[in-house]
Amino acid sequence: MAEQTAKRPVSVPVMADLAARGESPEILFWVGCAGAFDDRYKRVTRAFVRILDHVGVNYAVLGKEETCTGDPAKRAGNEFLFQMQAMTNIATLDGYGIKKVVTACPHCFNTIKNEYPALGGEYEVIHHSTFLQQLINEGKVKAEGGESFKGRRITFHDSCYLGRANDIYEAPRAVLEVLDADLVEMKRCKTNGLCCGAGGAQMWKDAEPGNKEVNIERAEEALATLDGATAVLDNLRGVESNAPAGPASAKAAGGSVIAVACPFCMTMMADGVKNKDREQDVQVFDLAELIASAEGLNA
Amino acid sequence: MHFSIQNIIFLLVALAGFGLFAWQASRIRANVLVGRDRDMSGHVNERLWKTLLVAFGQQKMFKRLTPAFLHLIVYVGFIVINIEVIEIMVDGLFGTHRFLQFAGPLYSALTGTNEILGALVVLAVVAFWWRRNANVVKRFTGPEMRAWPKMDANIILYVEVVLMAALFLMNTADLKAYQLQGLDLPGAYPVSQFLTGLLPDSVPTLHVLERVGWWAHIVGILLFLNYLPSSKHFHIIMAFPNVYFSRLLPQGQFSNVESITHEVKAMMDPSYAVPAPATNPDGSMLAPTPFGAKDVDDLAWTNLLSAYSCTECGRCTSVCPANITGKLLSPRKIIMDTRDRVEEKYNAPLIFSPALYGADAKHDPQEQLDKENHTLLRGYVTPEELWACTTCNACVEACPVNINPLESIIEMRRFLVLEESAAPNALNAMFSNIENNGAPWAFSPSDRFNWADDLFVAEKKELVVGS
Repeated sequence: MAEQTAKRPVSVPVMADLAARGESPEILFWVGCAGAFDDRYKRVTRAFVRILDHVGVNYAVLGKEETCTGDPAKRAGNEFLFQMQAMTNIATLDGYGIKKVVTACPHCFNTIKNEYPALGGEYEVIHHSTFLQQLINEGKVKAEGGESFKGRRITFHDSCYLGRANDIYEAPRAVLEVLDADLVEMKRCKTNGLCCGAGGAQMWKDAEPGNKEVNIERAEEALATLDGATAVLDNLRGVESNAPAGPASAKAAGGSVIAVACPFCMTMMADGVKNKDREQDVQVFDLAELIASAEGLNA
Repeated sequence: MHFSIQNIIFLLVALAGFGLFAWQASRIRANVLVGRDRDMSGHVNERLWKTLLVAFGQQKMFKRLTPAFLHLIVYVGFIVINIEVIEIMVDGLFGTHRFLQFAGPLYSALTGTNEILGALVVLAVVAFWWRRNANVVKRFTGPEMRAWPKMDANIILYVEVVLMAALFLMNTADLKAYQLQGLDLPGAYPVSQFLTGLLPDSVPTLHVLERVGWWAHIVGILLFLNYLPSSKHFHIIMAFPNVYFSRLLPQGQFSNVESITHEVKAMMDPSYAVPAPATNPDGSMLAPTPFGAKDVDDLAWTNLLSAYSCTECGRCTSVCPANITGKLLSPRKIIMDTRDRVEEKYNAPLIFSPALYGADAKHDPQEQLDKENHTLLRGYVTPEELWACTTCNACVEACPVNINPLESIIEMRRFLVLEESAAPNALNAMFSNIENNGAPWAFSPSDRFNWADDLFVAEKKELVVGS
């Protein structure tokens, strides 16, 4: 049966407006600073909102009332500033009676989920990888009708604050499974995943003197994994002996993808790919972008 | 039973050995307890289960298979051969000879297993020595692996060979003496039976050699026991309490600083009553504790316990993204520095030579001369190391005995930022952005919702035929 695609404007529900009407959403989408201000990550925020809108989730955002969770301050040792931010945010969230929070940022996720309870903020917090996995499991998202990733090679870069910090390894991979792509694992993956270099407030400062940037080290591994370049993979440091073998074959035709689930990983991996002059055939996408694109929601 | 002067001597030697160790242990306990209080009670079942898996079961060792198998041999050898040490103790005290022989076939199984494990231990130790000294494993190198840590690692291997040699000398001499007298030695000796040709054919000499082996084995064990507190080999004991007391929280969850919580609450709500500060039992005020950690006493006691549990294996450093890319940070060094510093400031072990540890050669000599700065922070660990950390938890995940270097790094960062305002400039800029704009970047809060402008979603509509 023939289909016609139309585009429809999305009006993002803001919590203050809902509260004024006496409504309460099922979930609050915590956008995060990168999701709100970083030009590249705004596209992830928009992709995720398209998915929320498409499946008809009853959600809202804080809009201009949202502020930094305090994660970078806490990792940098500024506990005072962290707690000021945290208590301000907790007052806002509690003021609206928020019970459930979803976010596309592992740093916001970790902070609200693990560190707000000690300051009185108790919420059910889910990362968008888990949320997308749930939508897929419920059949609300099928990753059909849009761009096809079938056969394209994708490797997932574990975010430290999703993986080791919170033991979420399978959800992002389950989301990627639905794309029917050629998923390959980096040798340093899951519990042994190598950081992109941005965590612990490194995002906001220059690296200490060394012989390489962390994101270049990681991008080289990702590219070698996508390319099936075993010579590079055999010389990686910090690889455990039960690491995945890496792809057996050279990459298939079509552009490859480094999939991420964190705004800082996004920046670091994209910079790394650019540094290696591979932008023409390797793209860095967030899980939400891949799903929105496969579902044909981009307009 | 032949009770003799030997038994009295043995009793005295054993008392001296265990007494000295008890004294050393009490000094180490005191060192650990200089750390800040942290309530690690409760969750007993969960903690025991974790200890069973990670400490007894060596779970995390199996991420790297070759060293895991070699280590398993030495570990199982240590445990099983120590059953024989019980026999040695009883024989030594009461003048019995191989008193466990009443177990019959079980005794044969025990002695047989011991011999096979003993031989495997020697092979594993040779492999360990080669891995360590032939530059096979990169993680055994690094600036913190100075003269003493390297020597210590080899001493452990040599002692293990000597202990096994003593065991085989004892068994072989005993076996041959029995054979020459036409008797059957109780037990099974699958290795020693091939070694009898190496020993002389005189029964009295064999009796002496058997005694030499017996004494060398037990005295060696007692000496080794008292060497442990000066060595990374202390992990054979400390790994168990360290794993038991390791964190159960998600690795991403950093500790909350409660004193700051009170201040922030009072700031946001003037009616909030800040609890009275803790006092000494006599009612006088306690000395104020700084935010974060400048020296070892500012760390939690669990961090100090961890410092004594470190095997210096370098798995943490080998997976550290900062270290891999050539930065100064090495999580192993932070832990080794912590142990060196607590031993320097408080009770030192029997073998303690800071010059060999490199405490005064590690960093800028100017900083070393400055007594004010001779603390864990700056005297041992430089801010440059601390600021290189990405808080990725790779070191925490890698540690086979559940040491958490990240906790100490964050505590020292807290001291730098909250007590000295000594964060790198770029981070100070990030802090002021958060304070002023509510975001770590210099964007206007009024632009925070601009991402939602002109947002469309594609919608599929099925075409009705004919329309």
